[in-house]
Amino acid sequence: MTVPSTSSRFKANVSQALADERLQGALPHARNFAGARAAAVARLPEFEALRDSARAIKDHTLAHLDLYLEAFERKATEAGGQVHYARDAAEATATIVDLCKARGARTVVKGKSMISEEIGLNAALERAGIAAVETDLGEYAIQLRDERPSHIIAPAIHLTRKDFEAEFRRAHRDLPADRDLSRPEQLLGEARAVLRDKFLSAEVGVTGANFLVAETGASIIVTNEGNGDLAQVLPKVHVVVASIEKLVPTLNDAAQILRVLARSATGQDMAVYTTIAVGPRRPGDPDGPEEWHVVLVDNGRSAMLGSPFKDMLRCIRCGACMNHCPVYLAVGGHAYGWIYPGPMGAVLTPALLGVAEGGQLPNASTLCGRCEAVCPTRIPLPRMMRQWREREFARRLTPAPARFALGLWAFFAKRPALYRLSSDLATRLLHLVGRARGRFSWLPFARGWTRSRDLAAPQGATFQSRWRAKSGRVK
Amino acid sequence: MSARDEIFGAIRRSLGVAGDEAPRRATVEARLAHAPAGIVPRRGQGEPAERVATFKAEAALAQASVAEVAEAADVPAEIARFLGENHLPATLRFGEDARLAAMPWEATGLELSRGPSDGDDANAASVAFASVAESGTLALVSGADNPTTLSFLPNTHFVVVFAVDVVGDYESVFTKLRAAHGVGAAPRTVNFITGPSRSADIEETLLLGAHGPRRLHIVVVGAP
Repeated sequence: MTVPSTSSRFKANVSQALADERLQGALPHARNFAGARAAAVARLPEFEALRDSARAIKDHTLAHLDLYLEAFERKATEAGGQVHYARDAAEATATIVDLCKARGARTVVKGKSMISEEIGLNAALERAGIAAVETDLGEYAIQLRDERPSHIIAPAIHLTRKDFEAEFRRAHRDLPADRDLSRPEQLLGEARAVLRDKFLSAEVGVTGANFLVAETGASIIVTNEGNGDLAQVLPKVHVVVASIEKLVPTLNDAAQILRVLARSATGQDMAVYTTIAVGPRRPGDPDGPEEWHVVLVDNGRSAMLGSPFKDMLRCIRCGACMNHCPVYLAVGGHAYGWIYPGPMGAVLTPALLGVAEGGQLPNASTLCGRCEAVCPTRIPLPRMMRQWREREFARRLTPAPARFALGLWAFFAKRPALYRLSSDLATRLLHLVGRARGRFSWLPFARGWTRSRDLAAPQGATFQSRWRAKSGRVK
Repeated sequence: MSARDEIFGAIRRSLGVAGDEAPRRATVEARLAHAPAGIVPRRGQGEPAERVATFKAEAALAQASVAEVAEAADVPAEIARFLGENHLPATLRFGEDARLAAMPWEATGLELSRGPSDGDDANAASVAFASVAESGTLALVSGADNPTTLSFLPNTHFVVVFAVDVVGDYESVFTKLRAAHGVGAAPRTVNFITGPSRSADIEETLLLGAHGPRRLHIVVVGAP
């Protein structure tokens, strides 16, 4: 079944994350992404046009999703592949577990896949007595720690080099205890050697898919390490697990989106490995899997397609929204409580788990709009977070203090003269008191807010009074 | 009802369609048949010489090393030079590609072997099906000529790029594939490779040689 969530305990998770010194020491590394993206974008004049193109392709595909799925299935089958459908997480994991059992598999090597996290594939395989081995360096480390990814493309961004070292020393007991692991290269070398043996002995390889191509029936995976490629070329059986919105019509359409994917994610023009694969090995092929399966997972997507949140299905899982989110960068990914963190997680989690479980996440936003500004498929994330807030409020799930505060605000907002007077007074007061330092690190009734960040002091009058003073002129 | 039927039913309910509407089907069939190209960046375009120059520069940005030789017969010496200068084992494995087989390897003294890799090979060589100037990307196709495992298991991967095969963009690779295999047909695997294997999972520190090759050396043959 879909893995359990702690999203409904979001506030407690956040307090814990803010107080976690180890996490707060690791999180600054996530700030590198924004600069790398900006540099890659500056180097490509066509970037904004490509974003429009990517959005149009996703919208077009979603509007014809049934027909592109049919075409994909036809082509994949013609190439000797087998296509399976799964309505939900339980059906998806059962399909994969059965495939593994029928082939006597004892070890499954995995490429990084968020949908496999969502459906809880590793736990399902373990329950069936099959070892599932994550092979992406970051995924491998967090699997050793029995954790979930805290970022959709940098799963171990919450860990420091020292954490990697501690885990490797604990897990790799057969290696000399006095070995030097003080440099990242040594950690990488050790993981490479340990995992190489797993790749060569596993009977089944499982990967996700960044795209499924209706034109040829192929899956496309995008990686930097090459682990996804080893997982799909070495074992006798390759299983692709992908949610249904991964479809694109043609290879040319995939190329459009590839041009915005890596740039938005890590700031690379292209990831190191982009692999287009369809079907098992052919007559005369000296390598490649003997069986090729695709498990198409719905798990809530078909319902989203008919909802106000259907734009979220354009998401290509690049991580740009969280890399640019002030909330994500302060609390990290685990506080969000399920699989998908940051702004995309705040929209997707209530859509897939329900507003009662995930409805708090959309409140974790200043609505600053940076996520939408960098989203490669221009998903209106702030608008959708507002829509979730409205639903949470309408269903009376919003906590009493927040409802009280909103009621208080509404009282003033419905009385414009009173609103102007009181906001004018409050602004002047804060300006006077905070003028010297320019910010407040403590305010009465707002200690919960100021404990982990400062409030900027107002620079003078309110917007409304300045607008009036200028008679509504912009300059 | 099967999972397949139920998922198709749910999609069609959400879209408000029955699935048999002729205009929708025509739209989808046309797109699959014609594969419109969309936005293609100017960066990779230009005359052949310009494309090759862009390809070399972009591949170097992606941490590959790049050498240029005048003709195919010069490739073995370049590979031997690279192995010697980097103190790497004097071995090389490659597939059945006739262009590699025809090269003069005897003079290099390299210990040659043929076929896919089982993980014990230090070095391998492949010939690119095409290469993309736009991002310094190699395109390799699976098969006996250039087995896929050679691109991933050895520590050092040499890729021979014939300058005539350097195209501007990914779309041109797909056009070449459709010409070679037919529309809607494809080789089992197409590997786009941009630089050596890397990881930044430890504190965002860029490290080369994660699971794939630690070194990617590109030898461009016959640049205009």
